[in-house]
Amino acid sequence: MRFNRRTFIGTGAAASLALSAPRVIGQGRPRVVVVGGGAGGATVARYLAKDSDGAIDVTLVEPTRTYYTCFFSNLYIGGFQDYDDLGHSYATLAGDYGINVVHDWAVGVDRDAKTVSLASGTVLPYDSLVLSPGIDFVDGSVPGWSVADQDVMPHAYKGGTQAALLKSKILAMPEGGTYAMIAPPNPYRCPPGPYERVSMVAHLLKQNNPTAKILIVDPKQNYSKQALFEEGFNTHYPGMVERIGPDFGGENVEVRPASMEVVIDGAVEKVDACNVIPAQKAGRICEAAGLTDGNWAPVDGHTMQSRMDENVHILGDASAQGDMPKSGFSANSQAKVAAMSIRGAMTGSQVFPARFSNTCWSLIATDDGVKVGASYEATDEKIASTSSFISQPGEDAALRKQTYEESLGWYAGITSDMFG
Amino acid sequence: MGRAAGYILSLCLSLAAPGAIADEFGDPDRGKSIYAQCQMCHQVGQGAVHRVGPHLNGIFGRTPGAVEGFTRYSPGLVRAGADGMVWTFETLDVYIEEPRSLVSGTRMNFSGISAPQDRYDLLAYLREFSASPANIPEAEPTAAPTNPDLDPAILAIQGDPAYGEYLSGECTTCHQADGSAQGIPAIVGWPTEDFVLAMHAYKRKIRPHPVMQMMASRLSDEEIAALAAYFNALQ
Repeated sequence: MRFNRRTFIGTGAAASLALSAPRVIGQGRPRVVVVGGGAGGATVARYLAKDSDGAIDVTLVEPTRTYYTCFFSNLYIGGFQDYDDLGHSYATLAGDYGINVVHDWAVGVDRDAKTVSLASGTVLPYDSLVLSPGIDFVDGSVPGWSVADQDVMPHAYKGGTQAALLKSKILAMPEGGTYAMIAPPNPYRCPPGPYERVSMVAHLLKQNNPTAKILIVDPKQNYSKQALFEEGFNTHYPGMVERIGPDFGGENVEVRPASMEVVIDGAVEKVDACNVIPAQKAGRICEAAGLTDGNWAPVDGHTMQSRMDENVHILGDASAQGDMPKSGFSANSQAKVAAMSIRGAMTGSQVFPARFSNTCWSLIATDDGVKVGASYEATDEKIASTSSFISQPGEDAALRKQTYEESLGWYAGITSDMFG
Repeated sequence: MGRAAGYILSLCLSLAAPGAIADEFGDPDRGKSIYAQCQMCHQVGQGAVHRVGPHLNGIFGRTPGAVEGFTRYSPGLVRAGADGMVWTFETLDVYIEEPRSLVSGTRMNFSGISAPQDRYDLLAYLREFSASPANIPEAEPTAAPTNPDLDPAILAIQGDPAYGEYLSGECTTCHQADGSAQGIPAIVGWPTEDFVLAMHAYKRKIRPHPVMQMMASRLSDEEIAALAAYFNALQ
């Protein structure tokens, strides 16, 4: 059933007599259920509520009461951000925007009945569903590691307490000890993220444990902003970082959490802290809803609608959309296109051609920030890059400092765009 | 250190004698060229009006955040004025060195001038427009060479704020809609002409920022006008 602005105004006027029974009015409005309260989900919920002036009933399902952003968690590890400053409440979305925020897990989707079932047993009906669940890990992608080992060998790749755990393990390393990172294969969340993390770990160790070593075990030949990171490692942390790429066995790795060992191409390395970032896939609700093809959920870039069900929009890391990197910025950008598409269908509001953008900032050392970004547009086949830029090696210190300060401004901007 | 102490000493002398010559401290001619980086937002001289920032005629001795007719001050700057701060050589020198260190939350998104001599020269130039405000030198209102030569027809386009609101989704990932600014400038409440000039300057790569060049590169004249109209109406 589709609603437009006229039917809403009509039913609203008729229902205004029944103010004492707001649930009746609520049931007359088209319902959107959003699963996941991160950069994609919080943004789409806020834009739907803000721009529809109450014409759309928006429910946001998110398990955590305080959302800790995964972006900037590396800066917390490096000591540039307080942990508490990464946490955001849903109070404004609930209080000022009238969004029904439900703290629960979405465990299933019945696409024929158009309902979402929650872990508590609640069933939420929807007219339009948005899935923005982020990532889950591919079982068995790093032999010897499973999610059950995350307390011993943290991934710290979903935000929240894992980052604090990883930091405590790094600070507990013996003098001259080794931190190993098992880097993920493509595609994964935040392409420069593992290497920014190495920079931040190096910064932390340089102050607390300057003879410590960092070992990156990497299945990829190349990675995002590689020239910039390598320049930064040499400048700020000479001799500290070693990377073993696929040519030297980086794609043939096994970990042994019980003995804190990493086995690289048959050679056993004893390590003191181990950060396993496994291969990734769409958050499992996408698979449960039957909307994945391989590890990810394909979408139409014009609207972010699932290619398998037009009543479902899929945002951010979980979606297979084309050229955009999996990032908070991308998810936020995609959320605005999805909100416009949903609102247009439900209220008849104007729909403009989709356009997207992304910028990823990374911090290499104090006041040494770099960035990479691009703009995108939708084609029938995919979201395609139209132009791009990247910081250059050898930039002067003032520009790098400005780039870092810009990233702080971006964090303030995107979090207020998400949470109000 | 000696230079700074001498500067403050002569500063006191100048305040005691308003007729004292600014170039004791700096070279106003050199200051004029340094001022080029200010004039994207601030006009000074005869006919100067408020743009993104307030005009700077008579800045010396002025109360921060209190110039008549300018409505986009940050709460921080207004508070500084209410607390009794006055723009003097000393306060302006600190402010220009690093605006946010003097006034937290200022909307003046300027990273600052670290070279002391550059600040002294700039202040010497600005002092010329404050010494006796009734007798402002016959200078042209500052036309910004950093702005493109725009066809008046482009400046005359009436933007559609509703379209601008949609397009603004691309801006508000970084630029906060409530006008607060840290590291990334506030863009709300700008005069539409300044907004349009700035965006076309990015589009033509006259202004240097790579993200903004990329964002502006795909905006049409009408889209830029729409964004200017939308952000102008936000307070």
